[in-house]
Amino acid sequence: MSAIQTQPEGAVTSVSSQSSNRVLLAHGGGGELTGGLIADHIVSVLRNNHLAALNDSAVLPWTDRNVVFTTDSYVVTPLEFPGGDIGRLSVAGTVNDLAVMGAEPVALSLGLIIEEGLPFETLDRIIESIRRTANQADVSIVTGDTKVIERRAGDGLMINTAGVGRLLEGANIDLARVVPGDAVIVSGTLADHGLTIMSIRDGIEFDTTLQSDAAPLNEMIHKLVDSGVDIKFMRDATRGGVAGVLADISERRGISIEVDESRIPIKPGAQYAADMLGLDPLTIANEGKILCIVAMQDTETACDVMRRCPEGRHAAVIGRMTDEEPPLVELITTAGGRRIVQRPYGEELPRIC
Amino acid sequence: MNADLMTWRDELALRCERIGREVRIMEVCGTHTVAAFRSGIRSMLPDNLRLISGPGCPVCVTAQRHIDAAIELATLPNVIVATYGDMVRVPGQSGSLERQRANGADVRVVTSASRALSLARKYPDSEIVFLGVGFETTAPATAVTIMDAHRSGIRNFSVLISHKLVIPAMSALLSHGDVPIDGFLCPGHVSVIIGSEAYGPIASRFGKPCVVGGFEPEQMLKALVFLVRQIERGEARIENVYPAVVSGSGNAAAMEILQEVFVSADTPWRSLGVIPSSGFELAPAYRDFDALRRFNIAVGDDVDNPACRCGDVILGRIEPPACELFDNGCTPLSPIGPCMVSSEGTCAAWHKYHKRATATGALS
Repeated sequence: MSAIQTQPEGAVTSVSSQSSNRVLLAHGGGGELTGGLIADHIVSVLRNNHLAALNDSAVLPWTDRNVVFTTDSYVVTPLEFPGGDIGRLSVAGTVNDLAVMGAEPVALSLGLIIEEGLPFETLDRIIESIRRTANQADVSIVTGDTKVIERRAGDGLMINTAGVGRLLEGANIDLARVVPGDAVIVSGTLADHGLTIMSIRDGIEFDTTLQSDAAPLNEMIHKLVDSGVDIKFMRDATRGGVAGVLADISERRGISIEVDESRIPIKPGAQYAADMLGLDPLTIANEGKILCIVAMQDTETACDVMRRCPEGRHAAVIGRMTDEEPPLVELITTAGGRRIVQRPYGEELPRIC
Repeated sequence: MNADLMTWRDELALRCERIGREVRIMEVCGTHTVAAFRSGIRSMLPDNLRLISGPGCPVCVTAQRHIDAAIELATLPNVIVATYGDMVRVPGQSGSLERQRANGADVRVVTSASRALSLARKYPDSEIVFLGVGFETTAPATAVTIMDAHRSGIRNFSVLISHKLVIPAMSALLSHGDVPIDGFLCPGHVSVIIGSEAYGPIASRFGKPCVVGGFEPEQMLKALVFLVRQIERGEARIENVYPAVVSGSGNAAAMEILQEVFVSADTPWRSLGVIPSSGFELAPAYRDFDALRRFNIAVGDDVDNPACRCGDVILGRIEPPACELFDNGCTPLSPIGPCMVSSEGTCAAWHKYHKRATATGALS
């Protein structure tokens, strides 16, 4: 947790002793300090020819394949958490948004909105995490922007990343192709990220060995597409969890989905934490898991390919599309009963007992 | 499905068929309500067994006037309201804590009273107000925390007391006379504190079987089977099928703590009115921790939407779809009545887990 959050409100700190270690409003002023911030703390770490040129835009060579383009903004409290940080999230999240459309990520932009007072130490750790995650995903940060704003909530840093990718040959992600009989696969254990974040929030904190699953999944997805599996639809199950993705599929395609609770991969620690907080693991955020819909005959190959990748070790078929009316998502519970699965209404909050 | 589950399910079906009329069992506890929906137990019950969700969802029974007081407290300068998560969205007369937060109020979600006290230690220049809601399950934790604050001389911590007691509510419900209930599935968590013998008056005075059950699917089905066995034989006894966790006499230490910190009080329940001796106020030695006194907040009245039938839902008179507001103006996104707010609320649980049945008209 950064010093910004642990410092009690109203506490007086000596500006002179602290300021040299922290980002100042002046670092966003466009002058010498801004140049230094960008050169010493960002470009020197994320080093590549595009960034080094310090142009207003990056010029990227392209092929005749379609461009896939996305953007996402990242806010998280605290900025650093077990298994990741806002930097890893901001790269993995945008890479995954490209990858689930069947694209190979090529380049990302990085927009930093820094609150004055953010310790440079924290910023440096996060930029280093961005570098490592981008390397892992084999994608370059080719352009960026930095702003410094007055101190507000004290969370310190917000990030926007946009990304472009090339559509992979053989990829045909199209919800309209989903039909009854198709299978639902998840690439691993659910709810790890959301529960990890909750476990370190003020007022909710609890002991757990859980870690965020934040990870770029493009390599695994690339292998999946190359294997010839007919992936009809794919989505990373972030906010809203698997329940949110399934509800979207059901509503937009007008199709029913039957999910088998006993097949849902979940760590015992995650199940325990969710039970304790009164939350449904299906509605909790993941940052390194995809849900995909494939033709039934492809399920074995798809699971094999995923399980051979570290991010997909616990891949499992959890359900199937059906032609039941009205179109709803239903869970066959481990007890043998049935219930409806809906997307969560908003922020998931721990309940009373 | 495991063998235990199948055995209980089959016996339940057999006995309900033999009884040959609608069997109405009230599950008193909100956790049972959610567990029954979430585990799919409801879909496994015989057609003539009706599971009625009683006044056991702490959020649903918190009087609107207490929500209004909480909102008023949240608008005071330098006050941080610390609350269990499900209270944040409950509508008062003017908005909710969630809306006040958007207007700049400082509202924090905590998972326990002691976490709220930690906030008081962490922010010594702010006033922390904890919303003390819930039944005998959460009341001892509130009491212990108040004792801790008292002992530690923490002056910037107070509690809006809105705790409720289960037995007076069950008695009040049965005294209404027009609520046909054949038996009670009694709450496992509350019973840990009060003990299974506390249901004595419900069984002896009102002649209703009471069975204390756990929250796993097989534990719930087992408790229902024990209830239906009694109903079939015309008996009215207390049975405890959760003995690993619940004792006959309850948790004496917790009861002592409650008696140390609280005195019983006539308490308003949402949609049910004031029920005699059904809640708490702080004992004289601890009155300094009463948020209403500290900030001089007057508690008003409840002004419910006349079309809202949460009271009838809580009393088991109707099921949620029978309310004209259900899914028609009152939804989990914009709740009108409290039963639509908490995930434990009957209407919210119904809305979330039950849609196909209502959509196809399978429920009346």
